Amino acid sequence: MYQTEKVLAEEAKEMRAVFAEIMEELVQQDRRVVYLDADIINSIGMTAFWKKHPDRTINCGIQEANMIGAAAGMSATGLIPFAHTFGPFATRRVMDQVFLSAAYAKLNVRIIGSDPGVTASTNGGTHMPFEDMGMMRCIPGVTVLEPADSVMLADLLRQTKDLYGVFYIRLSRKKAEKIYTDGSTFSIGKAAKLREGSDVTIFATGISVADSLRAAELLEQDGIHAAVSNLFTIKPIDQDAVAEAARSTGAIVTAENHSILNGLGSAVAEVLAETVCCPLERVGVQDRFGEVGDVNYLKKALHLTAEDIAAAAKRAVARKG
Amino acid sequence: MTTKELQIFAAQIRKTALKGLSVLGAGHIGGSMSMADLMAALYGGAMRHDPKNPAWEGRDWLVVSKGHCGPALYAALALRGFFPEEEITTINQPGTRLPSHCDRNLTPGVDMSTGSLGQGMSTALGVAWGHQYQKHDSYTFLVLGDGECEEGQVWEGALWAHQQKLGRLIAFIDRNEKQLDGYTRDVCDVGDLRQKFEDFGWDAQEIDGHDVTAIQDAIAKAKQTEDRPHMIVLKTEKGKGCTFAEGVFYNHHIKFSTEQYQQADAALDRQIETLQREEV
Repeated sequence: MYQTEKVLAEEAKEMRAVFAEIMEELVQQDRRVVYLDADIINSIGMTAFWKKHPDRTINCGIQEANMIGAAAGMSATGLIPFAHTFGPFATRRVMDQVFLSAAYAKLNVRIIGSDPGVTASTNGGTHMPFEDMGMMRCIPGVTVLEPADSVMLADLLRQTKDLYGVFYIRLSRKKAEKIYTDGSTFSIGKAAKLREGSDVTIFATGISVADSLRAAELLEQDGIHAAVSNLFTIKPIDQDAVAEAARSTGAIVTAENHSILNGLGSAVAEVLAETVCCPLERVGVQDRFGEVGDVNYLKKALHLTAEDIAAAAKRAVARKG
Repeated sequence: MTTKELQIFAAQIRKTALKGLSVLGAGHIGGSMSMADLMAALYGGAMRHDPKNPAWEGRDWLVVSKGHCGPALYAALALRGFFPEEEITTINQPGTRLPSHCDRNLTPGVDMSTGSLGQGMSTALGVAWGHQYQKHDSYTFLVLGDGECEEGQVWEGALWAHQQKLGRLIAFIDRNEKQLDGYTRDVCDVGDLRQKFEDFGWDAQEIDGHDVTAIQDAIAKAKQTEDRPHMIVLKTEKGKGCTFAEGVFYNHHIKFSTEQYQQADAALDRQIETLQREEV
């Protein structure tokens, strides 16, 4: 069960700090848990963990392909590996290793890709994955998750420890806006509805959840009642939630810090096409590369802001028959 | 097994693999034949295994990273009783448990899915690391192709295995000097692989890969040190022991006729008869 905060505000802790806390909790709980990284342990705030657990921390060096394969092999002997690197290197660089060594082999690996989309900020277009969820989504059996805040991150990490399969977890390292009250828990594969509304439903993931809640406030000023739902499981997508939203509100917007191709927007479009058709507007990156800049600049440049989401909602509502 | 018994086992592996591939008249003959003697040495005594309990916790593990040579592995597994011998004729047919490339989820006795070259290196290292961390006494055996060593991932693994001191990893390179398009020296020269692995900090040997006793001796020698990973480069010939493949330039994947198969099978029968006579 989850509950939401009354007012949006920045969290006290960075997401990476919570990541390190939960990893500490998991290694204490379970001797089978091991942590792999490809030379960005310091960037993800796991240096203290590495020093405390040198036998459970495998810094593979700058060799992501070997890291994913080794993690898969470790899991074959019963271990529970969590492997982290920056999102582009955790997905597109190792697509074939995730596909064959982990997923095709039906092994048990959690892959954490940090700095999704615009949160890569000044690392720029080379490090700014807008395609990572799409790539992972097309590999059979892979579960794709994007927590919206640290409360959700903690719960999803705990849950995946005891689940079996290949999981891709998209993780912003910095402070998120707090969406959920402490102790909230979630059902993987089920949308977390945040706000009721009758005119349009906004399905959002990651950092776009807070912007979608702001968009709903903007829309309210114009008399449009927007529902907001956090579709944090991009695969398997919650078909029931999407179809129900189409039936009840008749218009849908998706909002994601990712390409509109093959991510949340595509997943929702697929469900709508096969269940209940209704107008859909996709807010996301429009088939282009990233660039350097702070997150607010990039959101504006790539049309990912609350205002962009509200405008998309108005277009969707206007298209209703 | 005695040396003669191992040699007979190797010939039977070749016969069985060819029998399996003969139904469709095509397959990865070259590399399957060149690693047949290694399969005989491993399943003829060097590797702990239990055909009745393929997932036995006390077993040694094998990753055939040159996954296209599954047929040679399947032949050894069938002959050892992991599954009925007649099942070998289902290779590559719809619904088979014996696909062209090794699949841990389909075939009893196959420890890792492979096929995209270089990846078995890393998964084998992960398996070896898992056993080391959990203080299992299992050895992890790994078979790479020499053409496969053109893949960058092999060298990522070469660095990492040394860093992790994976002393219970015993790897082989089937150094048949050829890849699909010709000789490795003409396509992308991999050079002196024994020396390269030694330079990467491995314990490295180079032996005749068609000498079953030499293979078992090299494995025993490798087991004497446990502070670093082991590489045994096997000097082999692609297509070895198959009359229509040995000495043929393009022998990576071959289409062959029933007559060619029968000739190859008969030649292997004669080899086995000779070995049996010598043994008596």
